[in-house]
Amino acid sequence: MKQESNQNQTYLQSIEANGYTRRDFMKFVAFIGAYMGVENTAIGQIAKALETTPRLPVIWEHFQECTCCSESFIRSDHPIVADIILDKISLDYTLTLMAASGHQAEAAKKATMDKYKGEYILCVEGSVPLGADGNYCCIAGKSALETLKESAAGAKAIIAWGSCATTGCVQAAKPNPTGATPIEKIITDKPIINVPGCPPIGEVMAGIIVHVVTFGRLPELDSAGRPKAFYSKRVHDSCYRRPYFDAGLFAETFDDENAKKGYCLYKVGCKGPSTYNACGNIRWNGGVSYPIQSGHGCIGCSSNNFWDAGSFYTRDASVIGGGIEADADTIGKVAIGAVAAGAAVHAVASNISKRKDLNRRIHNAIENEKRVEE
Amino acid sequence: MATKNFKRVYVWELPVRVFHWLNALAITILIITGFIISNPPAVMTNHEASQQFWFGYVRKIHFISAYVMVAVMILRVYWAFVGNKFSNWRVFFPFNKKGMKNVWHVLKYDIFLQNEQSENIESFSIGHNSVATISYLVMFLLALLMMATGFAMYAPTSSWFFPKMFTWVTPLFNDNEMLIRKVHHISMWAFILFMAVHIYLVLFHDWLEGRGEASAMISGQKFVCSERVQEDIKK
Repeated sequence: MKQESNQNQTYLQSIEANGYTRRDFMKFVAFIGAYMGVENTAIGQIAKALETTPRLPVIWEHFQECTCCSESFIRSDHPIVADIILDKISLDYTLTLMAASGHQAEAAKKATMDKYKGEYILCVEGSVPLGADGNYCCIAGKSALETLKESAAGAKAIIAWGSCATTGCVQAAKPNPTGATPIEKIITDKPIINVPGCPPIGEVMAGIIVHVVTFGRLPELDSAGRPKAFYSKRVHDSCYRRPYFDAGLFAETFDDENAKKGYCLYKVGCKGPSTYNACGNIRWNGGVSYPIQSGHGCIGCSSNNFWDAGSFYTRDASVIGGGIEADADTIGKVAIGAVAAGAAVHAVASNISKRKDLNRRIHNAIENEKRVEE
Repeated sequence: MATKNFKRVYVWELPVRVFHWLNALAITILIITGFIISNPPAVMTNHEASQQFWFGYVRKIHFISAYVMVAVMILRVYWAFVGNKFSNWRVFFPFNKKGMKNVWHVLKYDIFLQNEQSENIESFSIGHNSVATISYLVMFLLALLMMATGFAMYAPTSSWFFPKMFTWVTPLFNDNEMLIRKVHHISMWAFILFMAVHIYLVLFHDWLEGRGEASAMISGQKFVCSERVQEDIKK
């Protein structure tokens, strides 16, 4: 593989070797800087870092996943994004995209792990099954758990791509048959960047890698380990349909008049108000659109346990899961009916049971009334 | 048998009454606006969104009412330490022999409607009865839960320190705001059920005992058998 010979090139060198001009390079720097949310004074810093830093060795593991994160990544807007990540950050091992296979691939990984011990970045896509001794996911004769522990041991930092690696996603949905477990529950002694989403936005993924390259450290993370630059705002806060929410203009079904007018999708189950992601700002496929813009509510794919958080199309609080879903309001209405019936029965029964006391008191009161002098 | 003699006793001091009514008002508004927020009506209109803001106002009223509820709760907790014996914090922990006896009495005669062999004026509660205080303790804890879940959902959109104090709640719910919302919504139903029972029992006591149960929360005064009021106040 040509990667071996390119290992110590800087990013700029390898980009130029691929036929891009310096002008293309500077455009990319400005573009990625804007996505990272840095000041324009930092653009020079990014350019300098990419000119002088040798490429970051990366091992990219795939466990229980659908590869949508990789798909999202290679489809990010700017051509250099795909190039820089896939060719230029010296992706030394990624079993879906690398040319080598079988023993060669494993040998390449081993070589990188030995040569760049403590320096390489481990990217993980997918959750790790802990059920049945980890036998639900085996690669090259090793369980996902073994492979993860092995490659995490020498990693400088770990990037957990996508909801599988950060929360378990669909495999971890009830009843979680394989015991799918997110990375941060398994590896606790390494810095981990959680990049949730199913998949995360390609530009977000590129931005995070460029941040690590440029500044030599992890981006600022929130309490859930997510980069603040991309996950500090709710989809709701940057939603272009937000004015309809505040104005109280809602679509009730996907084909009603209000939906055609582009009103807020809150009532058809949009999870934007509880989902932290950059979809409203960065959007997808090069800023073309994002789910809400395409007329579908946010399903909250970057939230924890979003598969178990109820229907994608309602905001009902279902209380009993499984076959007998009961809405909290239905139970509430039944309960209030029961309370009202109980109170009515109690009221009648109390008047019967306590009739002596009651009659005496009423009688006394009437007697007293007669004796009142005007 | 002659009518009993009653004396007027100042039971609910002004801060208790202010707490009660502002709390009742705030909770009522919170429930109404809460239902609207959880499932707003889909208005059909020809007006542009720029000309209206009704859902924004509904949410604003919800948040203001929440702050009112918190404020009067703080007032009430303060008053539990400086107020009279009927409002003291100790009455809300009736987990002693006397309190349990009263719980048993209330269950037997008020809930299961037995009649006492001979009328015992001592058994009438002047302030809260013990079953009521236990229910208020539970409602207080539920109100704290409402406050924690509500402000946890509110905090991301606020920059003030007070809502920010509740950001630790979200990780407790596995960072899942839909789950927080669910807990907030279900707890609201507990308040609705409490209100129904509470109002019924006020009517029940007022009707059967005739001691000014309902009006006491307006005037602060209740009628107490004169035998129970000492002639000379011990100095």
